[in-house]
Amino acid sequence: MTQPVLSVRNLTVDLPPSGDRPHAVSGLSFDIHQNEIVCVVGESGSGKSVTAFTAMGLLPKALKPSGGEMLFEGKDLLKMSKREHGRLRGKRIAMVFQEPMTALNPCFTVGDQIEEIFAAHTSLSKAERKARTMALLEEVRLPDPPRVYSSYPHQLSGGQRQRIVIAIALAMDPTLLIADEPTTALDVTTQAQILAMFKTLKTTHNAGILFVTHDFDVVAEIADRVVVMQKGIVVEQGTAAEVLNNPQHPYTRQLIAAVPRRREGAAEPLDENIALRVQGLEKTYHVPGSLMKKPRTVHALHPTDFTVRKGETLGIVGESGSGKTTLVRCLIRLIDPDDGAIWVGNRNFAQGSRSSLRAARKDIQIVFQDPYGSLNPRRSVGEQLIGAPMNFGVSREVALERAKRLMKIVRLEEDALYRYPAQFSGGQRQRICIARALMVEPKILIADEAVSALDVSVQKEVLQLLADIKREMGLTILFITHDLRVASQICDNLIVMSKGRIVERGTVDEVFGNPQDAYTRQLLAAMPGRGWDVPDLEAVAAV
Amino acid sequence: MTSPELVLPKAPATRKGFVARALGNPVFLCGAIVLGLILLMAVFAPLIAPYDPLAQDMLNRTVSPIWLDGGDWAHPLGTDGLGRDYLSRIIYGARISLLIGVFTVITSGIIGTLMGVLAGYFGGRIDLVINFLIMTRLTLPVIMVALAVVAIFGGSLTVVVLVLGLLLWDRFAVVMRSAVMQIRNQEYIQAAQSMGYSTPKLLVKELLPNIFDRLAVIATFEMAHAILLEASLSFLGLGVQPPTPSWGLMVAEGRQYLLFDSWLILIPGAAICVLVLAINMMGDGLRDALAPENRN
Repeated sequence: MTQPVLSVRNLTVDLPPSGDRPHAVSGLSFDIHQNEIVCVVGESGSGKSVTAFTAMGLLPKALKPSGGEMLFEGKDLLKMSKREHGRLRGKRIAMVFQEPMTALNPCFTVGDQIEEIFAAHTSLSKAERKARTMALLEEVRLPDPPRVYSSYPHQLSGGQRQRIVIAIALAMDPTLLIADEPTTALDVTTQAQILAMFKTLKTTHNAGILFVTHDFDVVAEIADRVVVMQKGIVVEQGTAAEVLNNPQHPYTRQLIAAVPRRREGAAEPLDENIALRVQGLEKTYHVPGSLMKKPRTVHALHPTDFTVRKGETLGIVGESGSGKTTLVRCLIRLIDPDDGAIWVGNRNFAQGSRSSLRAARKDIQIVFQDPYGSLNPRRSVGEQLIGAPMNFGVSREVALERAKRLMKIVRLEEDALYRYPAQFSGGQRQRICIARALMVEPKILIADEAVSALDVSVQKEVLQLLADIKREMGLTILFITHDLRVASQICDNLIVMSKGRIVERGTVDEVFGNPQDAYTRQLLAAMPGRGWDVPDLEAVAAV
Repeated sequence: MTSPELVLPKAPATRKGFVARALGNPVFLCGAIVLGLILLMAVFAPLIAPYDPLAQDMLNRTVSPIWLDGGDWAHPLGTDGLGRDYLSRIIYGARISLLIGVFTVITSGIIGTLMGVLAGYFGGRIDLVINFLIMTRLTLPVIMVALAVVAIFGGSLTVVVLVLGLLLWDRFAVVMRSAVMQIRNQEYIQAAQSMGYSTPKLLVKELLPNIFDRLAVIATFEMAHAILLEASLSFLGLGVQPPTPSWGLMVAEGRQYLLFDSWLILIPGAAICVLVLAINMMGDGLRDALAPENRN
């Protein structure tokens, strides 16, 4: 076998003394060969990004590699001077970041930013640099390279920007490419295209790729070998087939079991009563013109109708820009719809001024996506929980009793009421948000991407919690998500939205089994990990 | 179902309160100690001051302070041109400076915060109107307007406090406006809306606690600003009127002795300098201590 491109031996990186553990990673060893994609998988705090940053020499000052070696083509990256390391960076080792929105400098054109790499590492003439840049833009399959060449980053979409970041990384034909969650911030269909591109790149450039991700379906899609990390330690590594189909370590099994999958078995029959009826709901934004721009109108939501039965979980699925956020904001009247009706019982929620709606607000409650932004950092959890029922005339004592009961239901200790949000993890915060929404005993709960920001294992628990609460309290849930896999796990019926319209509706089985609309088919085809059936973990564990 | 999520963090609150974090900052601590001393001096002035600050003693005029020839311990900081004990006047002068600082900040803070919060939260037309007011205010040179008003209504402590309070709200309004604009789109504000909070309750309970730290920072800087402006006005003869001991006024009165008894200007000048520096250090320290990267 040839020499590995990158060989990590017993790497240990120290955390500052205030950290929650002594080492960010400890005793880490793995190899990356040419023409190979190695996926480092783990949840937040597992040390997977630290590994990537160490190889690039971009660790924050507080973190110090204290032991082991990182051999790149036989030379130890950790013992190299900053200067030597800097010469390798961008030329022999390149990196693709997670957030394509901020990885490009907004002040320069795309062409300038790619050419900068050639200017830094080669002595090519201006014309040659431009020719090479154009070739790169072709290679990452951007439409109309001359136009992209002279565009500024803000004129391009997220997927296009990520392609440019990849083009910059590929410019010097590196032997090692490090990608830190490169598709996490992208829509599913875009993610599928970028993943396909990575698979081609490894052969055309004959490079070793270190791919950091949290998503086992992405791993199934592209990995040759897999390294599973937990709290800075490698718990399991092996070929993709071994790890995915025959996981040995309990943590790997736990992660694989948490991958959202379609629920098996027949759905429970639904109640006849209708909890929510939406008729012709519509929202158009008028962007006023200015000196340079013409005014334009954006149809964020075309007239939309749907009904939700009592006790039903309706999934609303769509990518960014599909209008699902506008729909949610209209439903809880954070924005006013232009037209249409929202019937909850006998009350039309779309009509009346916002202040007249205050009394009715307790019927519809919402759990937001960001568990960090949706709790007020300066008020104790208890205060935030009892605030809502007290707005509707419940006494403080009664509200507090209810809060204590709900803490039990969301499986937190009563003590949590006297603490501040900063003391909780993301998953715990999301439980608090759910409890807060339930404080006013709503008829309808809207979960707006409520599990998207959570680690898979936490995500699974929160989904389970939502399902339990729904059964026990007879709630109706509107589950908004971009992730078809999650939707198929928890929902009874699905609505697929695209460009402000509902393009598909039906039960989970209908949508997955027999999609009618071209867009739905495209979404389904883009789901990662379709070629991988989650193994029967109990059988694996028994061996 | 068992899960690690069930276990609450065992360690108690690691997130320190805002005062505790500020006191951990050496710059803030220095400023706070100096300001504390000046504050004590002002409050207990009648107990500390060796003489009546208004009592004239024509036999002992322009006595030098002890570190110069001819100084003696009867008057550690000497006496002024009318034989008034300089130490006593400095001690009483601290009262004026602090009164002006505190009341100006309270007045302008209330006006500015109210305008900033309303503009930032509601946006649209309200924002346009308030922005226009802020712009108008910014075009007025404070010292000129203050001079004009004092010239019309006569100088007194009340007039100075009112004029400065009604003029110095611009920075409060500008900073509060942008702070509120950042926060109003946070999901916890939207959550509060969907939970049926009335707007005033939402502003007081959900919004204000989150901008309070920034408010504290501007308040310190504006306080220093107000104290300096009072000194300038008094120096020009249009602020606090004699014989009230004010540091600015003392500098003005010492002007005729500039050549031979320059300490008459240096001592009150140094007092102003130390007080303003202390307050600014507190402001700097607060800002550093509250910066997001220093939070835990």
